[in-house]
Amino acid sequence: MAETKAPVERPLSPHLFIYKPTLTMTMSIFHRITGASLYFGTLLVAWWLIAAASSPNAYGGVGSFMSSLVGRLILFGYTWALMHHMLGGIRHLIWDTGRGFGPHEREWLAVATIVGSISLTIVIWIVGYLFMGGAR
Amino acid sequence: MVAGKMSTPLGRVRGLGAARSGTEQFWRQRLTAVANVPLIIAFVLIVVGLLGRNHAAVVQILGSPLVAVIMLLFILSITTHMRIGMQVIIEDYVHDETAKLVLLMANTFFAVAVGLASAFAILMLSFKV
Repeated sequence: MAETKAPVERPLSPHLFIYKPTLTMTMSIFHRITGASLYFGTLLVAWWLIAAASSPNAYGGVGSFMSSLVGRLILFGYTWALMHHMLGGIRHLIWDTGRGFGPHEREWLAVATIVGSISLTIVIWIVGYLFMGGAR
Repeated sequence: MVAGKMSTPLGRVRGLGAARSGTEQFWRQRLTAVANVPLIIAFVLIVVGLLGRNHAAVVQILGSPLVAVIMLLFILSITTHMRIGMQVIIEDYVHDETAKLVLLMANTFFAVAVGLASAFAILMLSFKV
């Protein structure tokens, strides 16, 4: 029997870091990061619903955490991640139809996703603060 | 297509390849993505509308039939979507077979637990138990 040869050192294809970062590449990474964050963010949704179903005290506990500085930062991040992932998802659905792959179109879509997600997040928070002021 | 070949595209798909599954996941991810858009908009509107309200008002609104059904659909769609999404992430980065299987299991447990707990809470609010 022939001796098993040591595996040949073959060149590996270069990974992400060798390429010059582009906007569309960054957006792809952010889509995954926001998706993973929202995955764990559902714990907040579940906690909020369970507390509401449990007792006024439990619901008050969620309320005081959400209105703390840390709570507000997490909620703000959750809002932006939700909007960004939603708009990024719509971008993917457009791509699924075979449209939007041109160099100008894909750049435009990337910029629209960023501008859209930040604008929507700010609008939601302004409306949220108005509602809180009105209801209290 | 090679002319004169007798095998059809269906015949090649029937083997289903190394993954032993077809396009159900790909399709389900798109299906829930489309459903998520209106459901997320509705969810954000519901949450903003509940800000600053006391517990009794929140229970009444979340438990009302229309809001409860929208919330149930939202929970079902996002937990289905996030389970598939996290599975893709795990399959992309975890190459150790044991670790991958454990994480894939944990992923399903997490998605089902979060979904069921949320749905249970919504039903409790609806039936004012």
